[in-house]
Amino acid sequence: MNSQVVLLRRVLPAIVAGACLSFACGTDWLQFRGNDGTGVAPDANLPVAWGKKESVDKNDLGENIAWRADLPGRGVSGPIVVGGKVIVTSTSGVKHDRLHVLAFDVASGKLLWERQFWATGRTLCHPTSSVAAPTPASDGESIFAFYSSNDLVCLDLDGNLKWFRGLGYDSPTAANDVGMAASPLVVGKTVVVQVENKGDSFAAGLDTATGETRWRLAREQSMNWTSPAVLRGKQPADDAVLLQSPGVLSALRPETGDLLWSYATGCSIIPSLTTDKGLVYLPASGLTALKPSDRPGSHVEVAWSEAKLGPGSSSPVVYDGKVYVINGAPALTCADAKTGKVLWRLRLSGKFWATPVLAGDHLYCVNDQGLAQVVELGEQGKIAAENDFGEPVLGTPAVADGAIYFRGDSHLFKIASER
Amino acid sequence: MRMQNPIIKKRRLGTIAALLFAAAASAGIISQSAAAEKTPARFSGPKFAQALKTLRSVEPNGVDNAAAAQAWGDVAAAGAAQLPTVLAAIDEAGPLGANWLSAAVQTIADRQLKQGDKLPAAELEAFVLDKQHAPRGRRLAFEWLVRADNTAADRLTPGFLFDPSPELRRDAVARLIAEGDKLVKPRTKGVHKGVGRDDRGPQESPEVAQKVYDKALSGAVDLDQVKKLKTELEKLGEKVDLPLHFGFVTRWKVIGPFDNTGEKGFDVVYPPEKAIELDAEYEGKPLEGKARQVKWIDFETQDDYGIVDLNAAVGKANGVAAYAWAEFNSPSEQPAELRLGRDNANKMWLNGKVIHEQRVYHSGADMDQFIGRGQLRKGKNTILVKVLQNEQKEEWAQTWGFQLRVCDATGVAIKPQTAAENSPSNVKK
Repeated sequence: MNSQVVLLRRVLPAIVAGACLSFACGTDWLQFRGNDGTGVAPDANLPVAWGKKESVDKNDLGENIAWRADLPGRGVSGPIVVGGKVIVTSTSGVKHDRLHVLAFDVASGKLLWERQFWATGRTLCHPTSSVAAPTPASDGESIFAFYSSNDLVCLDLDGNLKWFRGLGYDSPTAANDVGMAASPLVVGKTVVVQVENKGDSFAAGLDTATGETRWRLAREQSMNWTSPAVLRGKQPADDAVLLQSPGVLSALRPETGDLLWSYATGCSIIPSLTTDKGLVYLPASGLTALKPSDRPGSHVEVAWSEAKLGPGSSSPVVYDGKVYVINGAPALTCADAKTGKVLWRLRLSGKFWATPVLAGDHLYCVNDQGLAQVVELGEQGKIAAENDFGEPVLGTPAVADGAIYFRGDSHLFKIASER
Repeated sequence: MRMQNPIIKKRRLGTIAALLFAAAASAGIISQSAAAEKTPARFSGPKFAQALKTLRSVEPNGVDNAAAAQAWGDVAAAGAAQLPTVLAAIDEAGPLGANWLSAAVQTIADRQLKQGDKLPAAELEAFVLDKQHAPRGRRLAFEWLVRADNTAADRLTPGFLFDPSPELRRDAVARLIAEGDKLVKPRTKGVHKGVGRDDRGPQESPEVAQKVYDKALSGAVDLDQVKKLKTELEKLGEKVDLPLHFGFVTRWKVIGPFDNTGEKGFDVVYPPEKAIELDAEYEGKPLEGKARQVKWIDFETQDDYGIVDLNAAVGKANGVAAYAWAEFNSPSEQPAELRLGRDNANKMWLNGKVIHEQRVYHSGADMDQFIGRGQLRKGKNTILVKVLQNEQKEEWAQTWGFQLRVCDATGVAIKPQTAAENSPSNVKK
């Protein structure tokens, strides 16, 4: 075979993979808010409206609903998409101590496999939440399913167990009164979990291959439901893990947990920070944008801080010079990402736990009653469509390969123009 | 490219012989027992046993995960004939090991079904019915059995009413509840007409429904099912004593408040921890700067769930600790669980030995939230509970109290002998 063709075949996947790092690549959505945790899929071309029935066929779910799959038990985690599969977590049992990992075929919605585990940590949580609250994560080869009981399960894409860690068993007092919710984060060969609570409070980095602890850091004993995030460096070796805690933002080296820098400020304990082009948009004092600093002794400094941009329970989204925040009113606010100046506001309805995702020119916002309000973005935002799932939706949706996936209380939905 | 667990991938080629035997057995070409006999030695020999042992004894903190992963690959590559063996390994596994083993069971069984082969239903049923096995393993076996035999659930579930597995028991209770519900369901309008028509269920009288609900209650251990049965039985005129059913201790001697300023009281050994002297008085936490003495008082809770409100018992305060003490007369020597619920820091002693402690405040409360395990003596036992309140100001942080019940590992109340039965005047000479 022509050596240049061989070389191209070896190099091209790496180039594509690298290009996919910045935004959610076509076929995968690997963790909470997508591959880089930004919640943005700018090239996705998704339906705006769905669910209106065009036929009397009872099997026809309605326009643009490719399929709907039944889910066992309960869960408020978001789905992820990897390797042609949609992965969802759930819990069941009278004490919510049966932990499920389910894999559905992207094309058909058929259940490919399901694995169950027994919780080894505490399963007490608020009725609004669930033991299956953290969104799972993947590195493209393995699935890391985390639960409020602090059990962390690693499976390959065929459902074979690679390892199991009962972090709640190791630390029995690690629990919050309404349950834990921080989603795991994969950076390189490390899966990071943030287990901040009033008991044994810690963050840890585990080897993705074995589940062995690379590092474990004691954290402030205080309730916290935010998820760790990645701050991309100029190259992968420069990537940092950001831990948002009540009194401080910490940047750590992923593989060692070494502290790179910290920024002391009061941070929100529910909506999580997001990053864009090296800036950190932190739910603190409303919303505070942090930029790299050249000042001696400082790694970051405040670019701007705007009290009017305080998010409610869902996390902010930043793209193309704009920041989008849903507050508790609820109102969707669009602001200039460089200055924090509010550009427009749009009234939404309901309470929002799921973080919105940006796909194409639209922002998909789904409230906790399952009403998805699709907002057309522009000089002014306007609601392009409202789509009612008919059941609660609290997990952040996933976008992959021309489809958007919503995890409802009882069903997983694939919304796509092509079935 | 889809990636496989390299351990499974490596082993897959080697399991073809075992799979062929299993396939032949399911096709009736050879018997299951013959298939088991012909199973490669590596699924029945010392190496397999060692792999099971490795999984059973997985350590905390992930320290032996690499070895566990290797062992898991060895076990998960086994054929369906080995399911009972792998399930049985759960008997002696801790919570971590049980999960590794359970995953292997699921992988083996799932693979068998996806290949179009049958699961060993007879062997699974035998495993389910053998109560010597761990409840979790039996429940897992049952969940796969019902996929292999669609008559199993109907045949076996009624027999689970007093099963040591809470999940199997729950299914049995659920069936009886459903049966009772049908018996009390009002008749459909217009179906039965005429003078003196009654509106009860189409088949029987409420007396039958009451018996069905009573039977269900006799086996129920889950709060939601007990609540449902209480509601239905009370509609039929029968009172349900929840504290008696669950085994809540409702009569206590209580003393306090002692000082817990700055949450430092948890480690302070106040006099009740040294000896129980019911006539004694001790120095308590000063009240408005003035010294005060505290002494034991009688406190009986009327709460359906045995909640002892310490704010009511010793006075509302913050930064304080109180003790509650009770005697429990056990009909026999037996293992027991003391299940405590509430959201204050707490500590439990059984017969003078600490069986549980936790230092977190106001992190949620639930029945059976904390479990202390110990051995009851035949006759008199003593239970001591220390419950601490901190200095949080939030309204939701002002609860100070607890509930405690005595039960077996399944959650069934251990009924104490009554005081009358234990009275010296009743002792036969």
